[in-house]
This record gives sequence, structure tokens and C-alpha cells, in this order.
Amino acid sequence: MQMNRIFLFLILGSIAAFAGGAIEGVVEKQSLNMSAIVMFVIFVGATLGITYWAAKRTKSAKDFYTAGGGITGFQNGMAIAGDYMSAASFLGITGLVYLKGYDGLIYSIGFLVGWPIILFLIAEPLRNLGKYTFADVAAYRLRQTPIRTLAASGSIATVILYLIAQMVGSGKLIQLLFGLEYEVAVILVGVLMMLYVTFGGMLATTWVQIIKAFLLLSGTTFMTIAVMTHYDFSFASLFSHATELKGIEIMSPGGLVSDPVSAISLAVALMFGTAGLPHILMRFFTVSDAKEARKSVFYATGFIGYFYILTFIMGFGAIVLVFQNPEYLDLAKQAINGGSPILGGNNMAAIHLSHAVGGDFFLGFISAVAFATILAVVSGLTLAGASAISHDLYASVFKKGNADSMAEMRVSKIATICLGLTAIILGIMFEKQNIAFVVGLAFAIAASANFPVLFLSMYWKKLTTRGAVIGGSLGLATAVLLVILGPIVWVDILGNAEAIFPYKYPALFSVTVSFASIWFFSITDKSHDAQKEIEAFEAQYIRSQTGIGAEGASEH
Amino acid sequence: MNNELVEKIKANSDYQELVSKRTSFAIKMSIAMLVVYFTFILTIAFSPATLGTPISGDSVTTIGIPIGIAIIVFAFILTGIYTKRANGEFDALNNKIKQAIKED
Repeated sequence: MQMNRIFLFLILGSIAAFAGGAIEGVVEKQSLNMSAIVMFVIFVGATLGITYWAAKRTKSAKDFYTAGGGITGFQNGMAIAGDYMSAASFLGITGLVYLKGYDGLIYSIGFLVGWPIILFLIAEPLRNLGKYTFADVAAYRLRQTPIRTLAASGSIATVILYLIAQMVGSGKLIQLLFGLEYEVAVILVGVLMMLYVTFGGMLATTWVQIIKAFLLLSGTTFMTIAVMTHYDFSFASLFSHATELKGIEIMSPGGLVSDPVSAISLAVALMFGTAGLPHILMRFFTVSDAKEARKSVFYATGFIGYFYILTFIMGFGAIVLVFQNPEYLDLAKQAINGGSPILGGNNMAAIHLSHAVGGDFFLGFISAVAFATILAVVSGLTLAGASAISHDLYASVFKKGNADSMAEMRVSKIATICLGLTAIILGIMFEKQNIAFVVGLAFAIAASANFPVLFLSMYWKKLTTRGAVIGGSLGLATAVLLVILGPIVWVDILGNAEAIFPYKYPALFSVTVSFASIWFFSITDKSHDAQKEIEAFEAQYIRSQTGIGAEGASEH
Repeated sequence: MNNELVEKIKANSDYQELVSKRTSFAIKMSIAMLVVYFTFILTIAFSPATLGTPISGDSVTTIGIPIGIAIIVFAFILTGIYTKRANGEFDALNNKIKQAIKED
């Protein structure tokens, strides 16, 4: 039972890891790490320079939301990969491999396989139909007000949950790496993110993400090579040394997915959730056309896949170089619990590994990269949330599509500041809370509310406004309810003895509810509006297939 | 897009070819990815020991490791194949359709 609990925590930890909430519990503040601070200051200086450059080129709402639509497929692929390779995807997956070996790889694969599906089914129609947000696509032939309200609610819910995880994770990580106070760290992240997004819009956000992705890929490549030089680039000897230390179990699946329902439900959450994340979907509008959108996914899948292979090797590297290394041993914890706990917990394995292979200087570099990663990811999230507020709620619902571009941009900047302040406040409020459920919930909402509406609006002729609104809302409500009644919140947080809903991942059920009710409430919708919506499908489908009439890049 | 244009594009044989070819290609590729992934994940759920089989007699490396890495590489290759065909053959067809509309 205890083992199960630990496992559950781990799995969630690594879901959270993906988003940034990697480090749970109370962490000890470290002494100031000068080389990390110097490198971080260089990064911040460079990115503020980019923001200044981007601000001069961000003149219209289109520039603000989509960087003018002139990002290339390669750049966008790097930026998408950057959004996906969050600080704690790096720390969390490496930590999971460090702890459980093979299970970490199972996890990474789940995160990756959604990408080809996004390419085959989503990327192109999304690019051809949309302008700034995925709600543009969902509302293309349906009634603007209810659909935009639904899509914006789904987006904002996803973004805020994600931001909480990021902010709490970042506060703790920075406390640990840089020796700053938790509140100071959270405020620093919030303020920098507001600067990037408010002044530089999507252009700055994209370049910050690209630079960070480059630094992260370089740093992890170096670490992997450094580990492999210890073993003459022989995986067999790396693995055999690791199993001597941790046992042969680390080479096999260990129980991450034990029952088939959980396995499928997790797979559904990861696949459909990825295809419903507003900050990821928004990136497809930054490229000039469908051709570049496809290239983006191709490059992104390559970078992300490469990165996951590296995290696997780094996890094993940490087993041989960090595990049982007295330098990284947490003596206080060992005195209480025994074993060989490492300082800061398992999610710090990658950080200790950087020190083990590259000394203080490289530790500083990797710490600075981890901080940069958090900044880049929260910026992308905030921009997506701000767009849902300004483009979907303000311009389309409140102003009925008659807002002028300047006013819309002003609203999105105000929304950015409000979201930034919200993120700081929630980050501080949730410091001591158990936030393990937060990212799981964000994924469940993205998979159950955003994805079904988006997908069916693209491909299913008979979708009507009534079906989409009722089905999407039911999907959202089911996801929230099942997370609350499930083992994580009901048992671990609320302290009840037994979960009412036995599975950790609600996606299989909530996505089914969503699709089924969208179907039912659409086919039974005999209204005059529904008839017109069905008739409008042909024209939409032609545009989604050919891109005739699609948004192009702005002139710069 | 007015009704006249919609009807015209629908009747265009290049458009019909594009839609049917790309739809069937996208579905086949998606199925390939889903079959591979679900076979993997259900193997783990039903028979975790399978992937723990050593690759050779006294090796500690299990077949699960090359299989896992191969799935990552497979996903990347699929995106490459799709992108190449869509950016070449499908976009060429698409350009013909756009050209045909412009001409009259």
C-alpha cells in the first residue's frame, strides 16, 4: 500500500514535472550560487534586449498574437519543443529514470506520441482556419458567443492550472538553485514574464523560447556525452554498472502502468491533452502557411524525441555518478529514513549530475538554463491566456467582433498583467499546498473540453453549437469532478479513506462523455441555426483542406 | 467563400484527389502510430515481464530499451514521411487547385 502511494506520487510528480511542479514539499534554501547568477543575468539581459527589439516590431494585434506570422517552420519547431521541454520535464523525467529506470522511458514515450497525431489530423486545418486562437477554428461556423466563451473558459482554466504548477515549481527550484527567498523567486519570474509578453508579444516569447530550447539541448547533450565518456560510449557497460548499484529491476517496466484502464486513460490524457493545450495550439498561427506548420511539428517531434532519449541516458548517468555519491547525499534525511536520499529529492538528480560531470561552472550553467526554461514556459502560457481573454472574450464576445485592433491589443496587455499578478499571488498561496493534481487536471480539461470541440468542428459536419457547448461543458465538468473524487484529491488531499472514483486519470471517461454528448446534442438539434451551421461545413472544409482564404503573414 | 466557388472547388477533380489521398494517408499514419503505441502500453499493462527480457543471454540490457527508443524514432520518422509527402505531392495538387480558381 505504501509503495502504491509512493508510486502514485511519483507518477503525478512527473506529470507535474512536465509542467514545472517538480519539486514538492519544503526545500532548503541553498547558499548563493554565483556562477549560476552571473549566467542567469546574462540570459535575462539578452532576452530583455530581444524584448526591446520585438517591441519595436510589434505594432498590430496580429504581431502581438502571432509574431506577424513570419516565424519559420524550423524556428517554430524549436519553440514548440521549448514549450514542451519545461524545466521540470527535464528534471522530472531525469529524476524518474534515476529512481525507477525504465519507467521514465515509458513516460516520455507517452508524451511524445501525441505529436504525430497532431501533425496528421490537427496542424493543417488549425493553421488554415484559425487566426490567433484555437477558438477561431471552433467558432468558424458555429455561434461566436457561446463557443468562444466555452473555448476561452477551457483555455483559461488550463493556463491558470499550469501557471500554478509552474510558479510553485519555479519558486522552489530557484530557492534551491540560487538561494533566493521563495516569494522573491516567484515575483521575479512573474515580473520578467510580464515584461516579455506585454512589450514583446509573441515575437519575444518565441525567441526567448528558441534560445532556451537551444541552451537546454546543448547543455543536456554535453551532459550525456560526458556521462558516456566514462563508459567508452558503451551502453552495455553503463547499464551494467547502474544495475550493480540499483538492481536489475531498473531495466524493466516497474508498475507505472499496472492496470489496462489506467494505461489507456493516461494515454488518452497525454495524446488528446497535448492536442488541446492552448499555448501549444497558438504556436501554429506564428508560421506563414500549412507547409511551415507541418515542418514545425516535424522538427518539434525530432527535438523532443532527442531530448527524451537524452533524459533517459542522463537518468542512468545520475544513477552511476550521483547515487551513493557522498557529495550529494542528504545526511539529515538519511538519518531519519535511511537509504541514500540525494539533496533536494530525486528531481534534483539532473542538477547534481551537471555538477558531477562539469563542476561548479557547469552546475551554474544548468541552473541558469532551468530558470530560463521556467521563464520561457510561463511566458507562452500567459500569452495564450491573455489571447483567450482579449481575442475571444473581449473582441468576439463583448465587442461582437467590432473591436479595433489597437483596443484589442491594449486589452491583451492588460490581461497579461492581470494573469501575471494572478500567477504571482497563486504561486505564493500554493507554496505549501499539495499541487500534484494540478497538471493532471489541466491535461484532463484540455483533453475533455478543448480537444473534442476543436477536433469535431474540423471534421464532423453535423456538429452544432448546442452539441459543442453542452458536450464541451460536460466534458469539462466530468474531468473536474472525477479528479476531485479520484485518489489524488479525495484520498491524498482531503484525507478520505477510499476514492469514490478509483482511477488517477479521468481522461478516458471524461473524453468519452464529451464526445458522446457532443454527438447526441448535435444530432438531436433540429433548430434553424443548426441547419445553417451544417450547411456552412462545406466551405469550411474546403478552406481547411486547401488553405484558400487562410490568414497569411503580415508584411514586414 | 460563396456557394458558387464551393461548388466549383468540390467539382474540381484535383480537389477530390487531394482530399481522398490525404485523408486516407493521414488516417493510415495515425493508425500506425496508435497501433504501435497501444501495443507497447498494453504489453506493459498485461505482461510487464515481456519487455524485461534480456537482449542476449547474460546481458543486463532488456529488449524494452531498444523497443522504447525505436518507438521514439518511429514517431519522428512518421512525421518526416508525412511532411515530405504533404509538402511535395499534396501541396503541388493544392497549387493546381488554386491556379484553376484564379484562371476564371
